Formats: sequence, structure tokens, C-alpha cells
Amino acid sequence: MPWPKETKYLGKSTPRAEGPAKVSGRAKFTTDVAPAGVLFGAILRSTWAAARIKSIDLTAAQAAPGIKAALLVHNGEYLTRYYGDELAALAGTSRQAVLDALRLIKVDAEPLPFVVKELDAIKPDAAQVFAGRPNQGNNPARDSGRPDDAFAAAAAVVEGSFATQIELHQSMEPHAYAVSFEGDEMTAWASTQGVFAVRDGYARNLGLPQNKVRVICEHMGGGFGAKSSLSIEGELCAKLAQAAGAPVKLVLTRFEESLATGNRPSSFQKLKLAADKDGKLTAFQMDGFGTPGYMASAPNGGGSNGVALPMPYLYRVPNSRVKQSAVAINAGVACAMRAPAHPPAAYGMEGILDDLAVKLALDPVAIRLLNDPSEVRRHELEVGAEKFGWKAKYQKPGSSPGPVKVGIGCASAAWMSGGRGTQAEAQISSDGTVEIRVGTQDLGTGSRTVVQVVAAEMLGIDPALVTARVGDTRYPPSGGSGGSATTASVSPAIFDLCEKAVEELKKTSGLDDPRGANWKAACAKIGATPLAVTGRWRDGLSTGGAGGVQFAEVEVDTETGFVKLRKILAVHDCGTVVNRLTCESQINGGVIMGIGYALYEQRVMDRRSGVLLNPNFETYKLPGIGDIPAIELLLLDMPERGVIGIGEPCTVPTAAAIANAVANALGVRVPSLPITPDKVLAALGQVPDNGDRAAQVRDLEGAFARVAGAERPILLTETPA
Amino acid sequence: MPAVTELNVNGTRRTLNADSDRPLLSVLRDDLDLTGTKFGCGEGQCGACTVLVDGVPIRSCLTPVGAIGPQKITTIEGLEKDGRLHPLQEAFLEAGAMQCAYCTSGMIMSGSALLAKNPHPTDEEIIGFMDGNICRCGTYPRILAAIKRAATAIQGGAK
Repeated sequence: MPWPKETKYLGKSTPRAEGPAKVSGRAKFTTDVAPAGVLFGAILRSTWAAARIKSIDLTAAQAAPGIKAALLVHNGEYLTRYYGDELAALAGTSRQAVLDALRLIKVDAEPLPFVVKELDAIKPDAAQVFAGRPNQGNNPARDSGRPDDAFAAAAAVVEGSFATQIELHQSMEPHAYAVSFEGDEMTAWASTQGVFAVRDGYARNLGLPQNKVRVICEHMGGGFGAKSSLSIEGELCAKLAQAAGAPVKLVLTRFEESLATGNRPSSFQKLKLAADKDGKLTAFQMDGFGTPGYMASAPNGGGSNGVALPMPYLYRVPNSRVKQSAVAINAGVACAMRAPAHPPAAYGMEGILDDLAVKLALDPVAIRLLNDPSEVRRHELEVGAEKFGWKAKYQKPGSSPGPVKVGIGCASAAWMSGGRGTQAEAQISSDGTVEIRVGTQDLGTGSRTVVQVVAAEMLGIDPALVTARVGDTRYPPSGGSGGSATTASVSPAIFDLCEKAVEELKKTSGLDDPRGANWKAACAKIGATPLAVTGRWRDGLSTGGAGGVQFAEVEVDTETGFVKLRKILAVHDCGTVVNRLTCESQINGGVIMGIGYALYEQRVMDRRSGVLLNPNFETYKLPGIGDIPAIELLLLDMPERGVIGIGEPCTVPTAAAIANAVANALGVRVPSLPITPDKVLAALGQVPDNGDRAAQVRDLEGAFARVAGAERPILLTETPA
Repeated sequence: MPAVTELNVNGTRRTLNADSDRPLLSVLRDDLDLTGTKFGCGEGQCGACTVLVDGVPIRSCLTPVGAIGPQKITTIEGLEKDGRLHPLQEAFLEAGAMQCAYCTSGMIMSGSALLAKNPHPTDEEIIGFMDGNICRCGTYPRILAAIKRAATAIQGGAK
């Protein structure tokens, strides 16, 4: 990789370029944008989990004070399939006027049977989310080798059931759009992970020329996968602006965010794993299912929306059989969420691997060293175990004395990352300042500072001389910020741009090397017309394939069931670190999101009403500052691999490591996330069973049996992103 | 409905005409163009809308503007003094205590109220005070570090 060996800025810590605007409240997010004369938009949503919508009467709402536009989302009769589904939209002169008018809309609906729980949805007599189609799709078994023979010949076989919850993105800034038309030009401000994806979505869905649509996202309050493309509220915002002949802003409430903007699918995994006497894995079997919401059985093929897990995750097991299916329920649809499919895969696979280690009386780190195909990750296991003090701390499961038991666990992650096509342009002025424009966006990861750091390093100048402009489709194109791709996409384009700038400046200035100490003198020769150069992503400066291992130490109170985290050690690699300050911050954040997944967060649906029961921050439990243990980071610097993204791998193994630590503390496994006190006590046999639990186990076993036995029907065509 | 026609915001008398039962957050953002204070949940659960009223941190999304009266409101825009950032704003920059930063205004307002009341907080006191402010990017370790850094800076400045 041609990145410099000795660096001044690359791999060091540079404060955020946009920091001063953010700490002073000046940074404008989409929710803060207010074009002159802007109207407020709002959406009427289904209050039925399933219903035939016969008609919607907008007359009274249209006539209400302040209302300037009203529209239907669907024309004619419509079948709504979840509580929260978009039915109509209004725009008006104040938020209150629109909220008042929403109540005047008359909906004639015939409620229909519904089902909102996975284990209910797979029963033969369940209400069908799409009439005439089974709720449960199925994939053909993916076999390799001879799993039956290998299980029969194995020295040790373990089986276990693992389940993960629906997790909600809950970015702090809700989904937000503001749209303004002037003549045939449209400007949209969007809280988005992809300004170009939103632009193209608008052009396609509204029939507009791509070159007449401009999308701006200056600052962005988090997305985590849920803001990757034009969403329906964005489309409605634009249609309301067209209908009203005035700019419209539409910001979702937290309630709407929870219902209708995507989620991480659930998983139910029945796993079986075998090894020879040394602990080398020989066979793996999985029967699994999960729900991505109502679309799983849609007639158009639906899509698994990431229900399928990449199993047996990062291990290469010579004999395996994997069967998975998506189950439709009457609830909002899943979408990409930070490392789609990986955290549940890690929870299942790393859990069953620990159970196998226990059976073989092997150390969990040792069984991973024996089976992990990645040399980098084996190194991470070794240096991590050393730093964590693994050998001194490890005790046999459940052997910690007293009512508050201590345990440790570890788990691994793999992520493909990788960069892709990005272009950038720069104007270099005679005073030596550089303005670089690139049509990426900053989700909060600090992409402006990435531009600054790379340019400062390559040009040998102070980062303060570089101004980075991002978040506008008028800048040269870059891809969406997903798949941990942004830094690996942007950095090579800036590298390329800087090489060209140096070549041009050599000619302009006559200096052999215009960089560093010569920069000011070289730029002084530029004259009145700035030097303009472009750069584009090129191969050889970034790669993919980040790994990581995390170690957790917990204490579990066996009388209350409460899990307290003592410490997390996160060991990760991301090639050339561009800005250490923001890189480490992302890892902290990934670990903390993993803590929420492990211990607190879950979407809860009500079986009787079909309603989401916890659509707010009071009852959907996010980690707070008091829930965070000591987090230690160990970042392997591997400049020879080029730039690799870090945003997703760092959240993958956290919950798995915590779950393994809890199992080590207790000597029994809590079979689902989140690990709440009631589940800990149930796993310890301290909750009286009135027969419900046996029924639940029967339901689950029945579901797994159906997955295992089902023949080839629909779906699960996607491979996890 | 009685209207609020005057507010003392960031040391300035602002005139307006707002229904008294509207949330202070909405009046600050929509009527006074002070958009540094954010809407996160609208239910007082996330702290993104935190402002100070006579120095006390409150959730502006749940506070009717009519309840403010002549009390002094301080928003993130009013924390600078004489063109200089508050020590906690400086500390957030130095510690890199933000990612998307949608929660940052609320974090800084809460943290500044803590430091005004208790210039030498322990880690436990900081955590206890800040536990109602949510950061979905998970920047808590840096936020804790920034508040400690600011406390040290304030003590140094006072000597």
C-alpha cells in the first residue's frame, strides 16, 4: 500500500472539523432546516394490525384551519398489514393545525385477523399476513460435506437453542425531510446515509430528471442503517410540497420511528455442533427462523430482509447443514441495521462454541485459536487474552462462589467492509487554503475530518488549511454510508486528488516539491484563478475484511438476576487508522450498542391488540451513561492493508461475549437476548413454572421441526449484507 | 388561550406571540430560530432538549412556555461568554466527546448545570446527574472524560 510509513496526521488524533459548530448549537441538522414559508407535514397511520381500508375521507381535514395539502398514500381499497402503516398525509401552517386535522380524517376500515408473534405466526391455523400464502417461508437446506456421518463419528456433540430480539435503530435525530420546489428545480434536505440514493429515489418515484433534484445533508443525527435510501415519509413530504405549492418539512415522532422505520430482525436458532477429541470442529447444523415484519411472505417475493444468518459464522466446519426461513407477522418491516445479521449470528455460534468447549473441558480461547481460520483474529485472541488477564481470571462455569457470581467470556467478529467508487474535487487558492468537495455524508463518524487528515498528510500541510465540504449532490459522487464503507471509499479519492494536486503545483510553481515547507510559496504562484483538481477512488489503497475479538467480565446476582458489566476489552483491526480520535469513538459506540442488544433492548408486540407496546424511550430501554463498564480498546495498526472501515465489526461480538460471560458465571446458559433479570432467574430454575414455559418450549420445538422438515417454497434469496 | 409575549433568552428580552401551553422547545426552535436545542423523543426521556431555566436544567419538550414567566432561559447558543466557549464546550472539543452530536447540546447544558452546582463532581456524581441524557452513538466514555476535564479547567481558572 502506498500510504506513507512515517506520518504526521494519518493514524494520529485530529479534532473534528465540525466540532465547533456542534458544541455551539450552530450545526444545522435536517430537523433544523426551515425554508421560508415552510409548512409542517404529518402522516396518518393505520391503527389496525390488519384491516381492509375501504375508503378514507379527507374532506373535513382539508377544510380545517391552516391545512394546505392532503393526500392519500394508496388509491382505492387497500389492505393494511401493520399498526403504523402509512395511510394519508397532511401539510399545514403549524404542527398543531396538522395534528388537529389528522383527527378529522375518516377511515372506513374492516378489521382483519392478525398475528404479531413469530411462534404464533408459524402455527398451521395462524392468521395469514398475505391471504393464501403461508407466513413461514423456507429455504432449501444448504448442505456441505456429510453432516449426518460427521455427527455420528464426533467425539463431542452439543445442541442448544438461541434466540435474539427485534432491535430498533433509534437514532437520536428522527427520520426528517424538508422539500422545496422552485420552478422545475427541487431541493430536498434529508437526514440520510446516502444523498445520491435519495436523489435517485426522488427522480424515480416523482418522475423528475436526476439533474433537477438536489439533496443536502449537512449534519446528520445517526442512522445505523435505517436511513439508507428515500423512505416513504420523504416521498410524502415531496408530494405534499407539490400539492401545497410551498416547502414542506416532515419530521417523524419517536412513536413513528419505533413503529415504521425499520428494525433488526429477530432470530430463533436451533444449533448443533460437533468436534473431534481435540476440539477441532467437524459438523454443524442449524434450523433457524426469524421475522423481518410483514413483507416476508409478500407475493412479490418479499425478501428475507436479513433474516438469514451467515452460519456457522466465521468458522469453517467441513460438514454442515443450514436451514433458515423468514416468518411474516403483522409488524413493521426490517431493514439494514449496523452489521446486519452478524450480531445474532455471533450470539448463536459463539455461544454453542463455548458450550462445546465446556463439554470437552477446553478453554474458550483455546478452542477459538484451534478453529479460527483468520491469522489476524488468532493474533487478536492471543494479545487480547494476555491484556485481559484471561488465564488468571478463567474459572469453570458456575464455580464462582457466593450469590454474586463472576464470569468472563469472549467472542469474535468478521466484517467484509471495503471501499468503492468515490470522486472528489478541490480548489487550491493562492493563499494556500484548500477546499475539497465530496458527495459523501457525515453520519457522525467524522468524514470531513477524514478528508482533512488525508489531505494534510499527503500535502504536508496543517489540517486547518483544508476545508471539507460534504453532504450535497452538487459535489462529486460518492456512495451511501453503509457497510462500513465511507472511510475506505473517501480516503483513496483524496489520496488520488492530492497526488494530482502535487503534480499540477510542480508545473505551476516550478518547485520540485511543493509540499510541506514549500506549500505557501508554491500556492503563491497560482494567481487569481484557483487550481482545480479532481481525484477518484482507486484500487490498492483500501481493503476489506476487518476482524475483532471482544472480552467481557460480568457479575451476576443470582438472587435478583441482575447482570453488572465490569469490563469490556475490544481488540480490532482496521488497517491504516486515518483518525484515531474518531476511530476509537466508533468502537466505543459499537460496544455500547452491543451492550444494549445484550441486556436491555427489545421491541415488544401485544398479541391481543397487535400494537407495539414500547414505542418510546421510557419503555424501549437504551443504554445510558450509568450502564457502561470500563471499555478498553486495543487497535491493531496494519498500514500494509490500507484503509478499512470499523463502524460495524465493533458492534458484532459484544452481546455474544457478554452472553458467554453470563453463562460462565452461572454455569447455565440464558437462551435468548436481551439477558434480563427474569430470564436469568428462570435459567437458574428460580421462577415457578405454571406450565407456560413447557408450552413455549413445545411451540419452539414445533417451529424448529417445521423449519427442518419443510420443503422448498419461497424466499430467503438474499445473502446478508 | 393566554399568550406568552416575552421571554428572557440568553440574556436578551425576546418578544413573541405564542400560546402558553406550547412546549418551550417548539417556541425556541420554531419561533425564535434557536435550533441548537433538539427534539429527540418529545417525552422527556432523552435529554436532547435540555435548557437551563434560572440555571436549572429542564426538559424543554415537556415544559409549557407559559410556565417560564420572567425566569432566565439559557440555551446552547447562550453558553458562550464574551465570544469564548464555556469550558465544557472546550472540553467536548478536546475530548472528542461527540459523534453525530444530536444529543450534544443537551449533554453540554446538563453537564454545565452540574458543574455550576458541583464544581468537583466524582465519577458517580457525574453518572448520576447525566443518566437521563441518551447518546445513541455511545459516546458516554468521552462525555464523562469531557466533564472531568472541564471541572479541572474550571478549578485551574479559579485559582
